[in-house]
Amino acid sequence: MTDSRFKILTSASTSGPGDAGRTGSWRVERPVIDYSRCTPAKTGKPSCHLCWMYCPDNVVSKSLEPTIDLEYCKGCGICAEECPVKAIEMVSEEEFIEGGNDE
Amino acid sequence: MSEKLIESGNSAAALAVQLAAAEVIAAYPITPQTPLTEKLSELIAAGEMDAEYVAVESEHSALAVCIGAASAGVRPFTATSSNGLLYMSEQLHWAAGGRLPLVMCVVNRAVGAPWSVWNDHQDAISQRDTGWIQIFAKDHQEIVDMTLKAFRLAELVHIPVMVNYDGYYLSHTYMPFELPDAEAVRAFLPEYDYKHTLSPEHPESLNTVTLPDARNDINGVKQGGYMEIRQNLHLEMRQAMDVWEEIDDDFQQRFGRGGTPILDPYRCEDAEFIIVAMGSMANQFQDVVDRLRESDGLKAGVLALQMYRPFPTARIAEALQAAKVIMVCEKGLSYGNQGALFADLKSALYPYPARPRLHNYIVGLGGREIRTDDLYLEMKQACRQDDQATPEQNDTPQWIGMQL
Repeated sequence: MTDSRFKILTSASTSGPGDAGRTGSWRVERPVIDYSRCTPAKTGKPSCHLCWMYCPDNVVSKSLEPTIDLEYCKGCGICAEECPVKAIEMVSEEEFIEGGNDE
Repeated sequence: MSEKLIESGNSAAALAVQLAAAEVIAAYPITPQTPLTEKLSELIAAGEMDAEYVAVESEHSALAVCIGAASAGVRPFTATSSNGLLYMSEQLHWAAGGRLPLVMCVVNRAVGAPWSVWNDHQDAISQRDTGWIQIFAKDHQEIVDMTLKAFRLAELVHIPVMVNYDGYYLSHTYMPFELPDAEAVRAFLPEYDYKHTLSPEHPESLNTVTLPDARNDINGVKQGGYMEIRQNLHLEMRQAMDVWEEIDDDFQQRFGRGGTPILDPYRCEDAEFIIVAMGSMANQFQDVVDRLRESDGLKAGVLALQMYRPFPTARIAEALQAAKVIMVCEKGLSYGNQGALFADLKSALYPYPARPRLHNYIVGLGGREIRTDDLYLEMKQACRQDDQATPEQNDTPQWIGMQL
């Protein structure tokens, strides 16, 4: 029963990748999905998708093989934490540097 | 049917929250608020209130639960005191900036250190800039009525409301009050309906990061940036004063009580000397005013300030235009300056033609007894003081009841 004279400005918006800017550059660890464990990928059925639901930046696709938009994924690791079959591993970005780790 | 009860102030608040049909209660015990939330948990456990009681590990979580509940479209309630309120502070700003229609009772208590469980107003005063509406009750009936009106105000203007009442003086004393009829309250306070209710069908991000400039949202619609959102909170908080008066009008028609929702004057019509105070102390000053009038022939009055934020700038300045001397008595201060209410009142008067002489008194910190005799003597002295004092002397707060 909001008073119609009031505008009530907030920053509520439809969720979408990039809501908080190009947060991919924040990432220290990258989520890597093992499709041999992932429930929708393994069963071929659109089920589970908890990674899609929990991702605070809406960067996980709701597809049979979920993909992660690394332009915006900030590497928070919530998807890996929530995945019930431990199909997502957080891997250090160092591993993806071209030429590998010198050590 | 309305009923007449003699109960504690904390019970009065709990019964009002039950009448308001709050659906989620999340609170952490802290003296002197504890009996309020204990009463609510008893009502829920006995099946007399249809609400979820969420036990939390801290006040920060208590308000976070209420923020979540309000965002999901249910009517929450919490309560706290003193350091508990300060532990919530970050979430207070969040609830206001997120425009969530929350109601919280703050049972006013001194802030540590040093530790004190007794009453003053420093807890609420220290949180005056969080964007919450702050109202102060003087007695048990006002606790009930203000709490019911606070839910309606919060839900109309989408700004959280803090209902303050004095620890012990009101929370633990027993006074008669009338509890309105439940059916009549339902008609006064319709079901909660939040503009941005979270829903799986229409997912939204709430209070996402804003950049310094306004920008387009994901649908290409221009959205306010931080500064627009914060200006809107400020402007609509000012506007909320009118809505509070409208709500009070409606409440008065339905329940027969009201008429002075922002400023409550006592013998102020012809008063040359006006005491300004908040909370239960304003009632105590009625005795002081009677004595000043009857024993000393001084035309004195007391103006109780019931809404501290938004500050009723024009209303209070206009109410004080005919007075010669104003005595602002308060149970809190802005350390290193002076009484917070005093400074607010002085700035409200500045643009007006009449600027009465102002005195500031700090009283009752940490539960120090406020003796009516002391108040009477101090007020009498202020009324009779000529203008020999320097501006700086007049502007320096005096502390009443010091013992060293």
